[in-house]
Amino acid sequence: MTSRDVITLSVLLGVAVFLDVALIWGPTLASVLLSFTSWDGLSPIKPIGTRNYHAIFETYPLFWPAARHNLLWLAFLGLVATPLGLLLAVLLDKQIRFTRFYQSALFLPVVLSLAIVGFISQLVFSRDYGALNSVLGRGAHPVDWLGDPHLNIWVMMVAASWRHVGYVMILYLAGLKAVDQSLKESAAIDGANEVQTFFRVTFPTLRPVNIIVLVITVIEALRAFDIVYVVNSGRNGLELLSVLVFDNIVGEASRIGFGSALAVILFVICLGFIVVYLSRILRQEDQ
Amino acid sequence: MTAVATSVEGFRRQAPRPARLLLHAFLALVSLGWLAPLALAVYASLRPYHETAEDGYFSLPRTLTLHYYASAWRDAELTKYFLNSLLIAVPGVVLTLFLASFVAFAITRVRLRFGVPLLVLFTAGNLLPPQIIVVPLYELFKRVPLPASMSDSLTLYDSYWGVIAIHVAFQTGFCVFVLANYMRTVPYEITEAARVDGAGVWLQYWRVILPLCRPALAALGTLEFTWMYNDFLWALVLMSTGDKMPVTSALNNLRGQFFTDYNLLAAGAVIVALPTMVVFFALQRQFIAGLTLGSSKG
Repeated sequence: MTSRDVITLSVLLGVAVFLDVALIWGPTLASVLLSFTSWDGLSPIKPIGTRNYHAIFETYPLFWPAARHNLLWLAFLGLVATPLGLLLAVLLDKQIRFTRFYQSALFLPVVLSLAIVGFISQLVFSRDYGALNSVLGRGAHPVDWLGDPHLNIWVMMVAASWRHVGYVMILYLAGLKAVDQSLKESAAIDGANEVQTFFRVTFPTLRPVNIIVLVITVIEALRAFDIVYVVNSGRNGLELLSVLVFDNIVGEASRIGFGSALAVILFVICLGFIVVYLSRILRQEDQ
Repeated sequence: MTAVATSVEGFRRQAPRPARLLLHAFLALVSLGWLAPLALAVYASLRPYHETAEDGYFSLPRTLTLHYYASAWRDAELTKYFLNSLLIAVPGVVLTLFLASFVAFAITRVRLRFGVPLLVLFTAGNLLPPQIIVVPLYELFKRVPLPASMSDSLTLYDSYWGVIAIHVAFQTGFCVFVLANYMRTVPYEITEAARVDGAGVWLQYWRVILPLCRPALAALGTLEFTWMYNDFLWALVLMSTGDKMPVTSALNNLRGQFFTDYNLLAAGAVIVALPTMVVFFALQRQFIAGLTLGSSKG
């Protein structure tokens, strides 16, 4: 390597690493540190140990509902939306007509921003004018899909799945195309029916895609923010951890230490899955 | 053996008709259900408020008009906000692809001792929840001074530079991962030959590897443009001047303080969604390739 090569490498890698460290990893570390303080953004930073965490777990009334909603969100995406995406991918993987139309229709919501998805769900689910109440013939006794705190989280999860299913479907479809046809053929010759072939032969070979889908599902479930924020700023039954973080640090409260502690809890949950994902990359790297 | 169309033989053998019909019925139903909310948004945007207020959205139209599109465009000054979005997304995509492709090149082509840690650093960074970095980033941006010629707020906060920077930092992680996967499929001998001919690192990257990665770059460019254009959170947190907001955030301007005309909002939403839908229809292949390149091992 000439000295010119060294300069090129150091400058360009340096810029990229600097951005990543200064804007992503540095702030992450800072959040962890701030979570042990009572900082409000103005006064000097005062360390208070783990008091924020105690307050969150013991007295903050919104924390457990929000955590429950995030878990529910994760369960819904993982147990309903993701399997549906997989099912559709398997069905579309058969050589059938109109497959491009089906794929495009299912995939279309993926390009929409979650903010737009939030707006559209208001058109569908609004109590007084929404299309769903009309379709169900509930004009006289309208259901308040978005206003009822027991109901609205389910409605939002359906809206989020609208996007998630298409995303998962596309990932699996690409994975299925790569599955060795002769494997399936020999299973069929051995007398396996279609369901058996899928679970015994196809699904195990989809392992790399499964991991990606798992990570995406978890990350999406924990990041969910825009969609509920657009609908009602994430209140009244739509509390999510991401919304609580936002509410505590932006706006008048400015309880930065407290908000950071909430963010750190979110981060710790994500971390487990990030590690799983990275260990897979590293294993790939070794090969 | 109802629908064993899994084997190559099976395709030719044609599964029994009823099963096929059932499959089509199911897929058609799901697809139409998937399109229905969008169709509803378009339909609502074409109808005057008093009509849908009386009949609900699920009703036959008495009048159809493009009036709301004109007023959404005018009232929300969408031209301005579209330009804002482009000011963020275009430099964001270009810079992200440039930096990410170079990092991926360095990881896969130059024998770096810290290649794998570098890959981990970037990929993991992309997976972090944005909420964990929001606060310190906000405080940091408020303290970084910029000359008046670059930002009228005189800081990185409330300037496009800041929003572009965080997009680049965040998305570089994803692109490095995808591009590194892609570059591994390019035979090592190609850069080796260039090296023997005396090409330095820059020439190997710019003249040899980058042109070969054009399909991957097109795919990622499409995807990243959509993501940056769709972003809602960063502008909300890192900008304060309403006039500088990107178009996704500006949609909120169409909400009245006490009364919201949802038909107007629907027209606004359709207009804002239009660029991403155009990208989708024109560049569907690239878009999908961008998503799947990262998932199937290169």
